Amino acid sequence: MEGFLQQVVNGITLGSIYALMALGYTMVYGIIRLINFAHADVYMIGAYVGYFCMTFLNLGFLPSLVIAMFVCTVLGILIEKIAYRPLRNATRISVLITAIGVSLFLQYGMMFFVSANVRTYPEMTGIMTKSINMGNIVISMQQIILVSITIILMILLQFIVKKTKIGKAMRAVSMDKDAAELMGINVDSTISFTFGLGSALAGAAGVLVGVYYNTINPLMGTVPGLKAFIAAVFGGIGIIPGAMIGGYFIGAVEVLVAGYGNSMYRDAVVFAILILILIVKPSGLLGKNTREKV
Amino acid sequence: MKKLIALGLTYAVIQILIMTNLISDYLQATLVTICINIILAVSLNLITGFTGQFSLGHAGFMSIGAYVCALITMRTSTIYGFIIGVFAGALAAAIMGFLVGLPTLRLRGDYLAIASLGMSEIIRIIFLNLEITNGAAGLNNIPQFVNWTWLFIFMTATVLGISNFIKSSHGRACISIREDEIAAEAMGIDTIKYKVIAFVIGAFCAGIAGALYASYFYFIKPDLFGFLKSVDILVIVVLGGMGSISGSILAAILLALISTYLQSFPEIRMVLYAAALIAIMIFRPQGLMGSRELSLEFIGELGNRLKSRKGRV
Repeated sequence: MEGFLQQVVNGITLGSIYALMALGYTMVYGIIRLINFAHADVYMIGAYVGYFCMTFLNLGFLPSLVIAMFVCTVLGILIEKIAYRPLRNATRISVLITAIGVSLFLQYGMMFFVSANVRTYPEMTGIMTKSINMGNIVISMQQIILVSITIILMILLQFIVKKTKIGKAMRAVSMDKDAAELMGINVDSTISFTFGLGSALAGAAGVLVGVYYNTINPLMGTVPGLKAFIAAVFGGIGIIPGAMIGGYFIGAVEVLVAGYGNSMYRDAVVFAILILILIVKPSGLLGKNTREKV
Repeated sequence: MKKLIALGLTYAVIQILIMTNLISDYLQATLVTICINIILAVSLNLITGFTGQFSLGHAGFMSIGAYVCALITMRTSTIYGFIIGVFAGALAAAIMGFLVGLPTLRLRGDYLAIASLGMSEIIRIIFLNLEITNGAAGLNNIPQFVNWTWLFIFMTATVLGISNFIKSSHGRACISIREDEIAAEAMGIDTIKYKVIAFVIGAFCAGIAGALYASYFYFIKPDLFGFLKSVDILVIVVLGGMGSISGSILAAILLALISTYLQSFPEIRMVLYAAALIAIMIFRPQGLMGSRELSLEFIGELGNRLKSRKGRV
């Protein structure tokens, strides 16, 4: 039982990362119907920015997190402006190929500049090294900080989407782009804002992963990116609470499969869940079935 | 008749060039890559370009063909073993395509892309963990049977087979699904059946391509058939033009030449590749050929148009 609870704690930690990334996928998909493959690489760049802030500028954890989020926001907006905006009216497959192109560009561009070597985050100090023992369950301070930052960011996101004017514009554009434009909403800047918001969350996830798992490399984004996307599909793509639930679910499943089954198959199990959910309920856990109209 | 002569000439010229050693071993490997990519791209074009079903799992089918063929030829190392291996590999891929396609082809658009991507990742992870496939190290010393003649036979058979399929009534049904699935259904076309047929044919051909790959390069490992390989194939299809078989063939040749050229700049090869990809999508999203076909008549017409333009100036 204690072993199980320990796995759950680890699962929630991993799930937080997936949930943060899944939010970016789900918001972008909701607003322009694009699987933004480059999102996973924004997360990777966030991890690198955090690494450089901590190692070379000797900044603390929180300033590094904020800087990484800021850099990723700018990067996300730039990617949207340069690569996706010219294709606003193109077929979906060409936008998707562009997204794959941007993803490869970021990965190999990063490899060119910082080399393919694995890098290690600096040792944490002070409160970050402590841990709490409850019986045989160990919860490290890092896990607590990681999960609380995730929850704070999610509450912040909910506030922006539900209570602010720009959030209202985001919801309007994702419902009906043309109608929103007729109502005087600037669609282009709303889409930019959505990309920025999603990328900021990905950047935060990158730094948190760097602190928690210590090692980063230019290709670190691909697999977590796919899993975060699966999490978004699981919860119902385009639905923000769905992405959070999906992220925690995928994280828990992965850790439990690794803990009790064969850890080699944990990725396969996640993909099997994806195919299963697509067959049983393609609109996802919280999604509504929409009838197709001519 | 003209086509047959053109085909025969292509075969003969390259066969002579190989026999007189004008094509070096390195170029020959490029030639093999081109032929295999043509088979892969044309078969994916049937699924994505003609039937409009977006698949990101073609490398998965390819890997099934490669592994089945490799395992059979490593046990019966004769030319008959090779032929059986190719067809067994293709058949295994087709069966997998049927099993995966039947439930997932009910999904529309992007969901199918993700489901097929998930499928190919599962296949890769299974190959990575099975004992018979030797895990991450892969299979080595696969007997080499493939030469230019075999490649040419399989490539021509695939291209002709698929282009004839498209011109048949089944093919037209597939195209109607791409144009408008609801309208096609209203006209009495069993859309799921035709989507599955296109998917299975595509998987079969991808299996052949995988088998040829294994037999020529005599070494395969699961990592060769990852997500990036599926993307590579898709890029050929989109670059050539979705719904243009000759476009796929042209793009396969063009990309192989570019990648051979870029081999001398290994550090920035992938960066340039990615940048080119983005640029092509922004400036020519319909691909090189759009949905037109390159034929002898088309070239003639192009010449006439050029002439008349000159006349006007």
